[in-house]
Amino acid sequence: MTTTSSLRSRAATFGLTAEEYDLLVSGIGREPNALEAAIVGAMWSEHCGYKNSRPLFSAFPTTGPQVLQGPGENAGVVDIGEGWGVAFKMESHNHPSAVEPVQGAATGVGGILRDIFAMGARPFAVLDSLRFGNPDSPRTRFLLNGVVEGISHYGNAIGVPTVGGEVTFHPSYQENPLVNVMALGLLRHEDLAKGTMGEVGNQIVYVGSKTGRDGLGGAVFASADLSDASQADRPAVQVGDPFMEKLLLEATLEAIESGLVAGVQDMGAAGLVSSTCEMAYRAGLGITMNLDLVPTRESGMVPMELCLSESQERMILVPVPGREQELLDLLAKWELDVVTIGEVEAHDRYRLTWRGEVVCDLPVALLNEAPRYTREGVELDEIRARRERDLSGVPVPGDLGAVLVDLLSHPTIASKRPIFERYDHQVMTNTVVVPGAADAAVMRVKGSGMGVAATSDCNPRFVYLDPYTGAAAAVAEAARNLACVGATPLAITDNLNFGNPHEPGVYYQLGQAVQGIADACRALNTPVTGGNVSLYNQYTEAREDGQSHKVAIHPTPTIGMVGVLPDVTVRATLDLKAGPHTLYLLGEHATTIGASQYLETVHGLEAGRVPGLDLELEAKVIAGTLALIRAGLTTTAHDASEGGLAVALAEMAIAGGQGLTVTLTAPESVRPDALLFGEAHSRVIVAVPVGHEQAAQDVLEGLGVPFTALGESLPGSDRVTIALSGANVQLSVTLDTLKHAFETPLREILG
Amino acid sequence: MRTAVIQFPGSNCDADALHAARLTLDPDARFVWHTEAGLPEGTELVFLPGGFSYGDHLRSGAIAARSPIMAAVKAHAERGGYVLGVCNGFQVLTEAGLLPGALSRNRDLHFHCAPVHLRVENAHTAFTGAYEPGQTIEIPIAHGEGNYYADPETVARLETEGRVVFRYVDNPNGSLNDIAGIVNERGNVLGMMPHPERAVELLLGGEDGRGMFESLRAAKVTT
Repeated sequence: MTTTSSLRSRAATFGLTAEEYDLLVSGIGREPNALEAAIVGAMWSEHCGYKNSRPLFSAFPTTGPQVLQGPGENAGVVDIGEGWGVAFKMESHNHPSAVEPVQGAATGVGGILRDIFAMGARPFAVLDSLRFGNPDSPRTRFLLNGVVEGISHYGNAIGVPTVGGEVTFHPSYQENPLVNVMALGLLRHEDLAKGTMGEVGNQIVYVGSKTGRDGLGGAVFASADLSDASQADRPAVQVGDPFMEKLLLEATLEAIESGLVAGVQDMGAAGLVSSTCEMAYRAGLGITMNLDLVPTRESGMVPMELCLSESQERMILVPVPGREQELLDLLAKWELDVVTIGEVEAHDRYRLTWRGEVVCDLPVALLNEAPRYTREGVELDEIRARRERDLSGVPVPGDLGAVLVDLLSHPTIASKRPIFERYDHQVMTNTVVVPGAADAAVMRVKGSGMGVAATSDCNPRFVYLDPYTGAAAAVAEAARNLACVGATPLAITDNLNFGNPHEPGVYYQLGQAVQGIADACRALNTPVTGGNVSLYNQYTEAREDGQSHKVAIHPTPTIGMVGVLPDVTVRATLDLKAGPHTLYLLGEHATTIGASQYLETVHGLEAGRVPGLDLELEAKVIAGTLALIRAGLTTTAHDASEGGLAVALAEMAIAGGQGLTVTLTAPESVRPDALLFGEAHSRVIVAVPVGHEQAAQDVLEGLGVPFTALGESLPGSDRVTIALSGANVQLSVTLDTLKHAFETPLREILG
Repeated sequence: MRTAVIQFPGSNCDADALHAARLTLDPDARFVWHTEAGLPEGTELVFLPGGFSYGDHLRSGAIAARSPIMAAVKAHAERGGYVLGVCNGFQVLTEAGLLPGALSRNRDLHFHCAPVHLRVENAHTAFTGAYEPGQTIEIPIAHGEGNYYADPETVARLETEGRVVFRYVDNPNGSLNDIAGIVNERGNVLGMMPHPERAVELLLGGEDGRGMFESLRAAKVTT
């Protein structure tokens, strides 16, 4: 191997600090060559090595009887019963989407799908959590249209339904949008596959697309702040081919089901290197690969490119010993490029050869054990001041009906139908609850009576003002959303989107949020099965005065949660159903306007305390909702979240095409706007058919769930009327007005 | 009715077509890979499923239309055997010359996935006998290239010969004359953009598509 002079002064070009470079030198007892330094830089990047976040993760609960596979593999897997498991994971593609939204989002879908089928699971649902900046700006329109186009292009073509997600808008995402994609796959327990090299003598098979120069250094690109210069980094964005992925998916699943695969992993961030490194590490063995054998898209590619290209639609398969030829034949049937590029050996080195020379020889453990940093976290004064701000002087608007209309037409709350109609949400013929119809998506499991429900949630304003409570509230909301369709919450995956962790204010948010998620998951019995960390979501703006200015996103720990319906025919949606119903609120009324969408939209204030989250109350509300649905006492359930109770009631009326009338009673000390639009957690509205009220109340009392009768649905009426007893306040708006407010905005933004 | 669902690389409604066919027509319905030279013995219905065969490269359906199995599908159609092409399957049928016209990009250039209403314009075909003439049915669409086009003489012929089988009540894609589905002259080959196989179970929101499969089950096979 060629020896080189020290690269220490150039450490940053490999994504390493000078200290990390020294650590590498002392770890291997010599100077690395440039290829080795680049490989270590990629493996130790935040994206691959989690060096800033992993020390915090010990707080997460990761086990439980329902967990078949916890963190550390390509995806987590939960047991849903009858021998079925669901593999699921969420991953971000934020920086690529900021630079090239169509391909950025498309390859986000492609990447997470490979994680799922690498587990031996057939992908059967995708959800997208998308965050954009100011909805009126041309940049947001460009990004939104591009991202939707990318998801649509990839998901529709590969034939996995896009069944849910979120789309919200806030100025902090103006330059740095968030594209978090969650995928679910179904597998039989016996087909669960692992990302391992297996045993000594095993062959290492490369299958899928040829390697090109696209996506070079993507992991490092994703682990630095965005800036104006990032636009020039467009080559770091990969280009996706859903057709190739479809072939790869079918071939991989067929190979796993045929028992031909000892280990499998997709080539994602940091490409060939990270997949093979991680598989070797899990097996506790070394490998040697011949880079001359890597199929290339163009001639003249050098080891650095071969190793770190993030060309899409490529997998590493390790055949079961003795069945290599069968595997190669099967892959050939799918007309895929297949090459055996290396072998598993009885040592602990990661060795690469090229043109007859060893070009990389590093310890497998060193590559996989990135340094870990615990940083100092301090809350920013500015945020504390916002939280502690006295809101008593905020005036109560005279026309609360107009406020309701304003909130329904806020793009964060408004109907996302114009978006999800561009996604095939029905292919695979399993989608029982389509997007927009309920608080979570529901897919049936063919060959069983069960259903699987999924949701993704986060209220970034809550997290910004109070990262601990806000992150815990995201878990609580996800569990509540699953309960609202009749599903028992099982487990989560998380996608932690934050700014630059070197900044104490950001690190504080990250630490608090992780603790909040951990505590809520413990209380609600939904362990963490995996996730993804996306840091450096901030943008450095050059201003005219010559100063650079940093804009960090609102901290956004997106929670993806999966649940099971033991009987998929026993479920609920959010629309009011035919016939008269009595409306109940499970949980407690809101008493403050702090941290609400209302306060931001109507009063231009992002401030106030996040309402307190009582996880015991949350668990009771979830249990009560599930009990009512399963006892056949309600087929309507909807949680009150962004926009509060009034918005939730309006959404139920719009979806059901009928009016309702309710009367809210609260102590005089509670502001009318808090009661209507406040965002207290742990609230679910259900509709019980008239005549069954006593049975429903008995169920709730038996479980100790606090509840209030709100009023009734009005089949045949076209008005939503909400009165506040004692306050002499009433709002009454026609369905047409509400519907127009709710359904128009996204159509206009999409153009 | 013995049913064969053709699988091209990139088909993605193949499993849905098989599931629906097994539920309504033939518990032994089976897949046939595109490189096969012939159809299984006794095949009565060939189902060309939706998806993105060959990734829509060149033109939707263009490459699949020239794959080995299509010679057998053409011979089957010439013998009077039934052929149903849905979505990408319809595109394959036009590219293969089994049906006239072409399907271009939707008028607004966007993919649409939504339930649509169709009017049954001809209830006297083997595919629609179970419907009432003029009946409105709800079937989902999911396509980006469903905008039916043919030259004026061809469209006029389709209309006068009663070969426009389904028409959109509210045209979602810009198709000429709101055409959603057509048959060949002999009436044994039908292509349509909406997905009847997605509408055979109440659990999934509706079963207006069942009529098509029930019609086929009752139809006389003339081969």
